[in-house]
Amino acid sequence: MNYQNEDTIAAAATPGGVGALSIIRISGKDTFPIVYSIFEGKTDITQAHSHTIHYGNIIDGEDIVDDVLLLLFRSPNSYTGEDVIEISTHGNPLITTKILKLLFKSGIRPAEAGEFTKRAFLNNRMDLSQAEAVVDVISSNTDASLRGARSQLTGAVSQKVQQLRDDLVNASSLIELELDFAEEDVEFIQAEELSRRLMAISAEIEKMLSSYSVGKIIKEGINTVIVGMPNVGKSSLLNCILKESRAIVSSIPGTTRDIIKEELSINGIYYKFYDTAGIRISGDEIEVEGMNRALRIIDEADLILLLFDKTNPHSFNLPEKLNNLLKNKKHIIKIVNKSDIPGKIEQNIKDYLFISALKDEGIDELVAKMEEMMLNSSNYTEKSLLVTNERHYNCLLNAKEHLVSADCSLKQGFTGEFISVDLRNASISLSEIIGEVTSDDVLNNIFSKFCIGK
Amino acid sequence: MKKFDIIVVGGGHAGIEAANAGAKLGCSVALVTMEKDALGRMSCNPAIGGTAKGHLVREVDALGGAMGLIADRTGIQFRMLNKSKGPAVWSPRCQSDRKLYSEEAVRFISSLSQIEIIEDSVNEVVAENGIIKGVIGTKNGLIEGKTVILSSGTFLNAIMHTGLTSTKGGRYGEKPATGITESLEALGFESGRLKTGTPPRLNKNTINFDILEEQGGDENPQPFSHFTNRAEFPYLPQIGCHITYTNAEVHKILEKGFEHSPLFTGVIKGVGPRYCPSIEDKIVRFNDKERHQLFLEPEGLDSDLIYLNGFSSSLPADIQLEAIHKIKGLEEVEMVRSGYAVEYDFFPPHQVDLTLETKLIKGLYFAGQINGTSGYEEAAAQGIVAGINAGCKVTGKPELVLKRSEAYIGVLIDDLVNKSTDEPYRMFTSRAEHRLLLRQDNADRRLFTYSHSRRMISEDDYKRMLSREELINNSVNLFSKLKISAKVINPYLQEKGSALIDSNETVSKLCKRPEFNLNDILFFINKEEHQNAIDLLKDDIAFEQVEIQLKYEGYIKRQYDTVEKLERYEDLNIPLTLNYLTLKGFSTEGREKLQRVKPRTIGQASRISGVTPSDISILLVYLKN
Repeated sequence: MNYQNEDTIAAAATPGGVGALSIIRISGKDTFPIVYSIFEGKTDITQAHSHTIHYGNIIDGEDIVDDVLLLLFRSPNSYTGEDVIEISTHGNPLITTKILKLLFKSGIRPAEAGEFTKRAFLNNRMDLSQAEAVVDVISSNTDASLRGARSQLTGAVSQKVQQLRDDLVNASSLIELELDFAEEDVEFIQAEELSRRLMAISAEIEKMLSSYSVGKIIKEGINTVIVGMPNVGKSSLLNCILKESRAIVSSIPGTTRDIIKEELSINGIYYKFYDTAGIRISGDEIEVEGMNRALRIIDEADLILLLFDKTNPHSFNLPEKLNNLLKNKKHIIKIVNKSDIPGKIEQNIKDYLFISALKDEGIDELVAKMEEMMLNSSNYTEKSLLVTNERHYNCLLNAKEHLVSADCSLKQGFTGEFISVDLRNASISLSEIIGEVTSDDVLNNIFSKFCIGK
Repeated sequence: MKKFDIIVVGGGHAGIEAANAGAKLGCSVALVTMEKDALGRMSCNPAIGGTAKGHLVREVDALGGAMGLIADRTGIQFRMLNKSKGPAVWSPRCQSDRKLYSEEAVRFISSLSQIEIIEDSVNEVVAENGIIKGVIGTKNGLIEGKTVILSSGTFLNAIMHTGLTSTKGGRYGEKPATGITESLEALGFESGRLKTGTPPRLNKNTINFDILEEQGGDENPQPFSHFTNRAEFPYLPQIGCHITYTNAEVHKILEKGFEHSPLFTGVIKGVGPRYCPSIEDKIVRFNDKERHQLFLEPEGLDSDLIYLNGFSSSLPADIQLEAIHKIKGLEEVEMVRSGYAVEYDFFPPHQVDLTLETKLIKGLYFAGQINGTSGYEEAAAQGIVAGINAGCKVTGKPELVLKRSEAYIGVLIDDLVNKSTDEPYRMFTSRAEHRLLLRQDNADRRLFTYSHSRRMISEDDYKRMLSREELINNSVNLFSKLKISAKVINPYLQEKGSALIDSNETVSKLCKRPEFNLNDILFFINKEEHQNAIDLLKDDIAFEQVEIQLKYEGYIKRQYDTVEKLERYEDLNIPLTLNYLTLKGFSTEGREKLQRVKPRTIGQASRISGVTPSDISILLVYLKN
């Protein structure tokens, strides 16, 4: 049985602006008759099969608006679960607007934001976690973030959580067995073994949690800041990286912070560059305003490129306040610029990466190091399961805290019914991602595995 | 015959509680039973209580019920199970003298003047325009009632099986009840079929007990009832049970009988309980297990019968006997009666509301095995709820629906109504998500206000409870603030190998240490300054409550947090008139189940099996509009 809305809705499915193609999507029970009423083609689309394509004209009375392709999807085998037609037109905003107006005149109403996905959800075409992922797919900026969202969309996160919850149900069953069937002639689990199992589940959750930081930067971009004393070559380095990437996403000079922000994708990873060139740092004297800005930006940074000048030993003496600020940052790459000029600093100083922004040397190594630092530390591969959704992250975090608490009670020698309080709460947290777990699951598990009953 | 306020059909454990509750509420009650002496008869094992079941007995008792009192007077071995665990899973259990139990039940019911016992066999339920009229008995014809409670146990169209021989009857030597199922179906009810079994009864004098392990009762037995006089308890001499085991040879003999097993040959259609499988079921499903534990339970002080717990079977009688003879201690045993399976009709419990009133016929209530449960205690719990609600309906008092966070009885009925059941339902502590709060020790504290407002307990008992509540709360408050100085207690802590304290510490904190109990700590306070402490030390029951509350404070608090989390939707009411068939967006199964159960709240809706989180989201969307 389908959730058939009374209203039929339509909206442009592609962004505004001139392009090769533009797609209008229509969904609801009147889709076929209404589109048919403004369409002129060889076939009668109201009789045509689902998943077929039809060529013809959209007409406004006598006038032809555009020649188009219609993609037909019949309920329930469509994105929303309802009857859906996608009209593929030439990519002129005027044509899109005209066709939409025609549709709205015929009794179709404009779709609200997210309404197609909402209908898909209401028609059980996707679960909550998948619906959330759709939004992520749409707003993905890079391949990697698209992959993250995709893996969630295909249910990889749900599957993993499901598996963890099964493990948890198994552990709970062993506890309940001892509580409800104390009189039975079955062997009960030892505290050490139970603790081992709980910690194994907790470790798996921890893995998912740590993927969130990767997942988050992949989804939202890595905030990267180039920091260094004046004239060490901060702007040159940025330009160099920009040139290297060949894939500038956008350039927004002169934001309100007076800091140049560049967004770019390198090897499918999304970076947001903040150039602190606008901040003047001179000796120990730091402008209050400048320092505050640096503080804000460095505070929000995921990655810091700390730049020094090989030819200028003073560039290595950072102001104390800046040093203090950098102490809290996890991901810092120390770079020595102007490696092409023979000079006082030896090239073999450990932990420093030598480059020449001017000669474009060492930039590949730098980019590789940036990637390694941000992704490899969490063993990220293309197939990695990424938690990108904040709600999921919080549920996983709660589940883990409950497991740790359960283990703590266990180690203090508390018996099963106390441990079970936390295991149940952990289960609830996991089930908030994928759906309910009931005490029946636990009992069914017991009955299937142990010989119970006098 | 006069028109009764309440007619109770069936005098088993549900029927007794229902009749008792109705009478206490001041209603005229007809208790219709085939045989007066069969009241409270224990058709299966001669025991009351056990894990979770013991909790139910305590709750029934706190509500003013009969089971705890009768069990206390007729128990011949009392044990508190799970004593090695925390107090939440302690469960009282007793072996009962089967004959005395039934006699005590007859005496109990006969002492209530509002109850008229009618010996008759009911064969029809009569209703008009969706309202109950009464029942028709074979001897009495129409008996009219404002309300009717059906608690007919395993008797509806019952068939007993031993091997491929089947006999009509609800219990050894007793007739089945026919006609009730058919008349209910004619009224629109849907019925199902369940199966349960019972093991052989053995002659005590032919068992070699000398070579068997004995299991005795507790040294300091505790009564079930809050109202039993502890000075007189236990009333009867206490005796032991014995333990033995099956073996490979036994299993081999039983396997010979499989081709004559009504279970395996498909003669039995009803579904049996997984937690109480027959011995043949155990052998098949767990064939790697070399032996199965068996308990030899005495049926009574004067009885020659032994109940072979764990050996429930419907195999042919000769096979049963041959196998038993291979069991240690039973080599020469005489089998007085073979085990048998019984199949009976039940009515899937989604057809009743949380009050146990049927949704289809106003004034008609179902209680006990008719709702698909198994067990005396589960039956009693439903009996008292149905009795109270029928009585409240007649006398215009508010209905009684207990929450899952308030009582196992609440869990039981909520599960039945929302999840229905296709196997005999038994209570387990793991079914209660708020287990740490639903302890057997605090059953009276959880329920006494409900019992009082429904007139189930006396004014004196109520006042006693109130003043004890005050004592408990004051003591908890006192000990959370009252500090003991390091100087005073450190020598003791040192002696006991417990960590020393730097500055003064509260009684509450100190008694949380696993190595101490409250009594150890109270030794160090100046009692003269605290009348409260003196009073508390005189009241064992209040003392235990305070100790548990202090010792497990953190866990109990966390449990309350869970209650809050899980019950946030319990107050979101759904109009009962909502027609789910006209609403869109639900999954097919979700829609059917919602329409079938007609939940009262979103919380209840979310527990219905087959209703998905998406269905709940959609329901919330509808309620918002």
